[in-house]
Amino acid sequence: MMTNKELIIIGGGPAGLTAAKMAAEAGCQVLIIERSPALGGQLIKQTHKFFGSELTYAKTRGFDIAKLLIDDVMKFKDKIEIMCDATVVGLYPNHEITVYQKGVYSKFKATAIITATGASEKFLAFENNDLPGIYGAGAVQTLMNLYGVLPGQSIVMVGSGNIGLIVSYQLMQAGVKVKALLEAAPKIGGYLVHASKLRRLGVPIYTSTTIKKAIGKDFVEQIETVELNEKWEMVSGTEKLIDVDAVCISVGLSPLHQLLSMAAVEMKFVNELGGMVPLINENHETSYPNLFVAGDVIGIEEASSAMIEGYLVGLIAANRIGYHHPHYETLLQSYHDQLSNLRSGPFGAKTRIGLAKLRGETHAR
Amino acid sequence: MRIEKHPILTFETKKKINFTFDGQSFIGYEGDTIQSALHACGIKKLSESIEHHRPRGFYCAIGNCASCDMTVNNQPNVRTCITLLEEGMVVLSQKGKGVL
Ligand SMILES: Cc1cc2nc3c(=O)[nH]c(=O)nc-3n(C[C@H](O)[C@H](O)[C@H](O)COP(=O)(O)OP(=O)(O)OC[C@H]3O[C@@H](n4cnc5c(N)ncnc54)[C@H](O)[C@@H]3O)c2cc1C
Ligand code: FES
Repeated sequence: MMTNKELIIIGGGPAGLTAAKMAAEAGCQVLIIERSPALGGQLIKQTHKFFGSELTYAKTRGFDIAKLLIDDVMKFKDKIEIMCDATVVGLYPNHEITVYQKGVYSKFKATAIITATGASEKFLAFENNDLPGIYGAGAVQTLMNLYGVLPGQSIVMVGSGNIGLIVSYQLMQAGVKVKALLEAAPKIGGYLVHASKLRRLGVPIYTSTTIKKAIGKDFVEQIETVELNEKWEMVSGTEKLIDVDAVCISVGLSPLHQLLSMAAVEMKFVNELGGMVPLINENHETSYPNLFVAGDVIGIEEASSAMIEGYLVGLIAANRIGYHHPHYETLLQSYHDQLSNLRSGPFGAKTRIGLAKLRGETHAR
Repeated sequence: MRIEKHPILTFETKKKINFTFDGQSFIGYEGDTIQSALHACGIKKLSESIEHHRPRGFYCAIGNCASCDMTVNNQPNVRTCITLLEEGMVVLSQKGKGVL
């Protein structure tokens, strides 16, 4: 059986929620499909106060931002339908999707679809990296901040980007001993304020150092670290053993592109955006008409940009379906401006270059 | 192990949920996923890999990687990190591909 819908949004993170709100405000009927038991995406496990602009709730804790966005959506009960615990397992070029929910598969067809599936954590290659006890940083956050369960008692963090630094701090808040933070590069990746906070709490940060192997039978009990030279080669003789009961890997995210690849939209590998991403026009529309994208799925960025992209795409998709928002032109301009504003500083350089590459601009800077 | 004291978050005591894992009885709490409940009980090895029978634990905890797949109430390949725990669930570690 096929159920018809006006607008289907895949993913209920910040991008999906804001898109739903804007489309509903324009008058559109929306169905949000979310894989997890709860809405909110990555935000629901963030206990720290966010950076960003006031419009995107900077200085508010991540999980509180999620509440605000969910409240916004709940105001449109007659327009927005929500399916949680439901995974989109198939996306086809004729705007059909297959959904798996609690043992049952069902099919939907929509006039337009917005894919806002976010990102997945990268793995790191080393000996025995599949042992239980080796977790992604996001997984560790989910376990402690959402379910109140400790990932382990003594942990080593691999990767010193902002996520690695923030999650290390959150581990300590939960009472876990962070034995060391390893960074393969000669310099710390994230903001120095976060790193200093960890150092003050006595966490040693080893740069030019990586994990060589994990040791243990049924789960990790020890790791071996090794130093790297300027050519990123392991320096033999510098190996050290650290006793742990968990290892946290934080080496970046890549866009969750599988559904889009399945729909056979045109994709491109752009390193600056985190991996495989769909080609899009200024409307955030893929090579397949009426299939739109927003958030981390088109390049790893931030919740602030995901939210603005969500509003923008919700506005455009609703318009395409025939619901013209009373303030369409003003809002459209404002969201475009906010996005270029966000990406104008030095921290936005990577995204700027990535997006230019994606659009095929050769003189990307 | 569960978090007892936290400077920002509060975790209320919730309703207990009984379930079994490989025939043994365990207790989780309302709101737990199967995987968070097992982890809180100290179970790290969830299944074995298909070819080499290597131990498997969770990795992403948001349903992306399939590392936490187990057999639940006779249904194989259930993503236990995004499946909420229910009273009386029969959870088995999965050795091999799982039989439908
Ligand atoms: C530790 C950490 C700290 C951060 N700090 C900040 C910060 O201070 N400021 C800031 O602006 N940003 C921060 N971010 C980044 C921010 O959380 C993300 O950029 C943002 O959540 C991306 O939003 P999104 O909606 O694109 O994706 P997500 O939040 O990942 O949401 C995607 C949703 O789609 C669902 N989904 C995926 N696949 C399917 C499917 N097949 N079917 C159904 N549903 C599906 C997922 O379950 C998820 O809920 C941080 C991130 C982390 C991990
Ligand atoms: S741990 Fe990755 S899918 Fe469950």
